[in-house]
Amino acid sequence: MLNLDFAFFTPAVVSGYVLKGFVFSLQLTAIAMLGGIALGTVLALMRLSSKPWLTLPAAGYVNTMRSVPLVMVILWFFLLIPLVIGRPLGAEMSAIITFTLFEAAYYSEIMRAGIQSVARGQVAAGYALGMSYGQTMRLVVLPQAFRNMLPVLLTQTIILFQDTSLVYAIGAYDLLKGFEVAGKNFNRPVETYLVAAVLYFIISFSLSMLVRKLQQRIAIIR
Amino acid sequence: MPMIEMKNVSKWYGEFQVLAECSTQVEKGEVIVVCGPSGSGKSTLIKCVNGLEPFQQGEVIINGISVGDPKTDLPKLRARVGMVFQHFELFPHMSITENLSIAQVKVLGRGPDEARERGLKLLDRVGLRSQADKFPGQLSGGQQQRVAIARALSMDPICMLFDEPTSALDPEMINEVLDVMVELAQEGMTMMVVTHEMGFARKVAHRVVFMDQGRIVEDDKKEAFFGSPRSERAQQFLSKILHH
Repeated sequence: MLNLDFAFFTPAVVSGYVLKGFVFSLQLTAIAMLGGIALGTVLALMRLSSKPWLTLPAAGYVNTMRSVPLVMVILWFFLLIPLVIGRPLGAEMSAIITFTLFEAAYYSEIMRAGIQSVARGQVAAGYALGMSYGQTMRLVVLPQAFRNMLPVLLTQTIILFQDTSLVYAIGAYDLLKGFEVAGKNFNRPVETYLVAAVLYFIISFSLSMLVRKLQQRIAIIR
Repeated sequence: MPMIEMKNVSKWYGEFQVLAECSTQVEKGEVIVVCGPSGSGKSTLIKCVNGLEPFQQGEVIINGISVGDPKTDLPKLRARVGMVFQHFELFPHMSITENLSIAQVKVLGRGPDEARERGLKLLDRVGLRSQADKFPGQLSGGQQQRVAIARALSMDPICMLFDEPTSALDPEMINEVLDVMVELAQEGMTMMVVTHEMGFARKVAHRVVFMDQGRIVEDDKKEAFFGSPRSERAQQFLSKILHH
């Protein structure tokens, strides 16, 4: 039978091994979310434009990113960029850039759907009031697109948070890595992975609940 | 010089011609009503006036400025041409006050306080001062359309375009919107109105333009149009919509 012993799991272990990784995982999630949504919104606007020289590169980028496993992108970026810029980038930095670029493709599809969900007459109304394309998008269309898509954007962010564990491929020190190192040092890998699983579950599940609450609230406002 | 002048405007969607050599003009202070069966191109025509719909041939000139000219600063021109839509198109994520002030601030560069003041004054005028802090979704259709008219007026337009302003409204709300429009017409606003409300046309229109299959079939003084429309198509149309 399993002989589980969690006694080694003291606050000191948590702050010594896990906390640093936890902070990085949150940082990675937050930066990749904000950067990904910003870049994704630009990609979505490019794809929805009527100019092929904007549509094609954006479509190519999004489709490529969405067709390659994330762990491969993480690895390739980590291995290739030093060759290009002539010096190593560091696992953490490399992970942040990779996740932002990769998630942008997914956020872009969400934003595209969001922009299309805003009635076409809204654009006409913006133009009719003398707004430029940029003003119409920034003041009229995108705020509504964000609101309509907020639950989906957050759901994607939960997936992103879970996916940050993939940085193990390049040895970045994230939440999972913190548990792993602690498990090895105390020779209790089963227990630490169990605790890790529970922690990932609690965070992701409570975020999901939050999304559901939010969805209900948005439904009322409409 | 007419306020709005359209010269031989033609437009195609691919092979299909939606507008065929449409010419008309609206003098300063004039109110013209554009009517016609659905699919006759009247909404497309009015959207060509401020360049919301591009057209392939002909010319539209507003107050001496050509809409189709690629060198024209369209946003600047549109800022002075008020437009009211069938489905109101208030911005649902902004309060009524914000709806009224956003373009004043962002397009005309007015200060927020001045814009708010002006917005409230216009809300007063359409009888909706008490709704200032609500959101569009909390208002009835008729109220929303009156706010939309106030929003267009907040830009101090030189003329106003109405694209079927009452056709999305419940019958009991049509009059509250028409009343605002009649008042506006009587104050001398230059207006081009796409509508089937013949009562409105009789009351304030100077001329009536009748369209069918993308062509302007009649362009008459109101009295002549209602007295004896020349084309058979217009006679049929009038007999159909005036019977109830």
